[in-house]
Amino acid sequence: MFAYLVRRLFLMLVTLFGISVVIFFLLRIVPGNIVDILFAAAGYVDPADKVDLEKQLGIDQPLVVQYLHWIGGLLRGDLGYSYVSEKPALQEILPRIPITARLAGLALLFSASIGIPLGVISAVKQGSRIDYALRVLSLSGLSLPSFWLGLLVLTASVAMFGQMPIFNPNPQSFAEAFATYCIPAMVVGFRSSALTMRITRSSMLEVLRQDYIRTARAKGASDAAVNYHHALKNAILPVITVIGIEAAFLIGGLIVTETVFNIPGVARFLVEAIRWRDYPIVQNLVMFIAVVVVFANFTVDMLYAVFDPRIRYTD
Amino acid sequence: MRSVRALAAAAALSLLAFSTTTFAGEPKQGGILRMYHRDSPANASILEGATYSVNVPFMGVFNNLVIYDQHIAQNSPDTLRPELAESWSWGSDNKRLTFKLRQGVKWHDGKPFTSADVKCTFDLLMGKSQQKLRQNPRKAWYSDVDDVTPNGDFEVSFNLKRPQPSLLAMLASGYTPIYPCHVSPADMRTHPIGTGPYKFVEFKANESIKLTRNPDYWKKDLPYLDGIEYTIIPNRSTAILAFVAGKFDMTFPTHITIPLLKDIKSQAPNAVCVVEPTNVSTNIIVNSTSAPFDNIDIRRAMSLALDRKAFVDILFEGQADIGGTMLPPPQGIWGMPKDKLQTIPGYGPDVNANREEAKKLMQKAGYGPDKHLAVKVSTRNLAEYRDPAVILIDQLKSIYIDGELDVVETANWFPKVARKDYMLGLNLTGNSVDDPDQSFYENYSCGSERNYTNYCNKEIEKLFDLQSQEIDIGKRKQLVWDIDQKLQEDVARPIIFHARAGTCWQPYVKGVTIMSNSSYNGFRYEDVWLDK
Repeated sequence: MFAYLVRRLFLMLVTLFGISVVIFFLLRIVPGNIVDILFAAAGYVDPADKVDLEKQLGIDQPLVVQYLHWIGGLLRGDLGYSYVSEKPALQEILPRIPITARLAGLALLFSASIGIPLGVISAVKQGSRIDYALRVLSLSGLSLPSFWLGLLVLTASVAMFGQMPIFNPNPQSFAEAFATYCIPAMVVGFRSSALTMRITRSSMLEVLRQDYIRTARAKGASDAAVNYHHALKNAILPVITVIGIEAAFLIGGLIVTETVFNIPGVARFLVEAIRWRDYPIVQNLVMFIAVVVVFANFTVDMLYAVFDPRIRYTD
Repeated sequence: MRSVRALAAAAALSLLAFSTTTFAGEPKQGGILRMYHRDSPANASILEGATYSVNVPFMGVFNNLVIYDQHIAQNSPDTLRPELAESWSWGSDNKRLTFKLRQGVKWHDGKPFTSADVKCTFDLLMGKSQQKLRQNPRKAWYSDVDDVTPNGDFEVSFNLKRPQPSLLAMLASGYTPIYPCHVSPADMRTHPIGTGPYKFVEFKANESIKLTRNPDYWKKDLPYLDGIEYTIIPNRSTAILAFVAGKFDMTFPTHITIPLLKDIKSQAPNAVCVVEPTNVSTNIIVNSTSAPFDNIDIRRAMSLALDRKAFVDILFEGQADIGGTMLPPPQGIWGMPKDKLQTIPGYGPDVNANREEAKKLMQKAGYGPDKHLAVKVSTRNLAEYRDPAVILIDQLKSIYIDGELDVVETANWFPKVARKDYMLGLNLTGNSVDDPDQSFYENYSCGSERNYTNYCNKEIEKLFDLQSQEIDIGKRKQLVWDIDQKLQEDVARPIIFHARAGTCWQPYVKGVTIMSNSSYNGFRYEDVWLDK
């Protein structure tokens, strides 16, 4: 087990190194840099001024030097300065992480707490009206883009309640806190819960046909014990995999949700930073996301062993 | 006697009514004005900015030497008002402009304002100081200024190379605040210090901008507001819904398109909304240095094919203006009158006749029903660029030109245009001051960085200088109209239309005036108040 963990950690480091190279060079392949954008906004191109500014920002240096400078700083905990705000990148990124983390955590919680039970119900009641209704619900969840759903929620709340659930950094009441985090989390988690529900349903249907389930019923186990103790425990592995993958994909959903609900989180900040070609912010944010994804995968792998005793990570 | 009593009673009643009206309209102190901001500006330095995204939130932090009257919608030479300058006078040769400065004015950090600050500001703008602006988009505005000399602490003179009455117009722009000598340009980008009605509190990128009342403002009892808070909401739908829901007191100025304005009026019927020209023209840039547009006949044909009214009807539901380079009257000061405009080829009302003439020119150049000219119509990847470009492509079909839309990312648009890597482009040109000097030299002068089409006509260049030095406004107008007409006839940069946009605020917001010939100069907000 220990050797497996060491090997996984080594592989994670290699993966992160590879990601850092890819991020760095992909960003440079994209046409235009911060100087182009600043000058484009000004509507003029003075070559001498551009050269001066590129020199000031250090983007005139060879790419390898720029890469080593970035990665060296990263290892020392120095993330550099934002080209746009001229503030330390860490100071810009850090306050936004808890906002997005809360939102992502709530979205995942919503996804799992709604998707898994509804998936179980749908499988157990296969072919019933409730199954059809839940399948329609899950299909709608998969088909509705989250930005559209978000706008729909905003429009409906303005039209029906005359209120607008957009971000409030200091919520004064439970209702405000709910509007600030829970509504956007539900919007972004809706699609994810639909997927979780469908996977849970199909996995459960497969397990429910197994002999040991019939045996458990024959022995007089209650429906709840059969469904949740015997069946769900064995059906959960694919669901965990999907939730793990969804955690990684969540950032995509959060970009639009943070934009629509005007939440100053990491995802929206990343988009703005890409728009400005603010390399220090983009590189460090994408690295941060990569670290989260790599660790999420690692956690999922570890959870397999927890939920399925047959799985053992050996040397 | 009875009539005397009745008269007295009537007088007393009318006095009461008058005093009540006065009381109801009396500005009230206090309150925070909440607005949304359309995007996150790059920084807080107006001198380095080239978008009104910087002017709107930060103009209230500063003062200018002179300013356009903030309650007269049309900026004109008659609406110039003293601000940090108490008065100004021209020398006898009109080459020396002297300002008497206001005494007792303090920067927000408590240091006194003097003539040295004025000199520092203009040395920065002219690129003469040790410290440099990170970018200096309006350096060309001051190309006629030889130097700025302080005469004691409270007088300063601008020495010009030749007379230029328009200099005052540039100085009155929201783009020309006075900066303090003792704060570096880098600090001004992150924490601006001014003399204005509001002090800078914080700017959180992509989140918010906060200003607070300057209690030591040199104008007694102003500002009325305790502060202004801008919440940055790039998503227009979210921003408008938030305004409708009452989260904001005012929309971002001139941010509402005409179709969206109808939505706001239906959902928030009490909102006060105004539509004004933005002094941003949508125009065609033609690469006349290479085939096929090096042929003047093809350029003229293209210009003749334009149905400007169709653009205005489709994009603005009829609420935009057709004109030449300068914003047309009545809002524009220098635009050609309608009768003169209609004599220019392509501006006449009979579009079919214009297109028939255009077809003949195309046939002369070797194109016709059997041989179409294929061109790429390049434009920036923003809706206000893309939408008219699509209509343009459609209209060009009528004269045997098959256009293909080439959408270019913002970061690459100006570099592409500057290196002439396009055939035909659809461009937007914003004028921060409604003045011919700013527009002509910037966009049509030989060698200018923003003269994207490389149009260069030495004869016209002489006329630019002539109008620039003309003191008599009537004579100058005639010169400007002749120049504008010639520019359109030369197809230097065919102007399609001048846009309009809307601004809305809640009925309790008082004292807001939206400028009608500039989107850059009306955001001091020192006497805006909330009637709550």
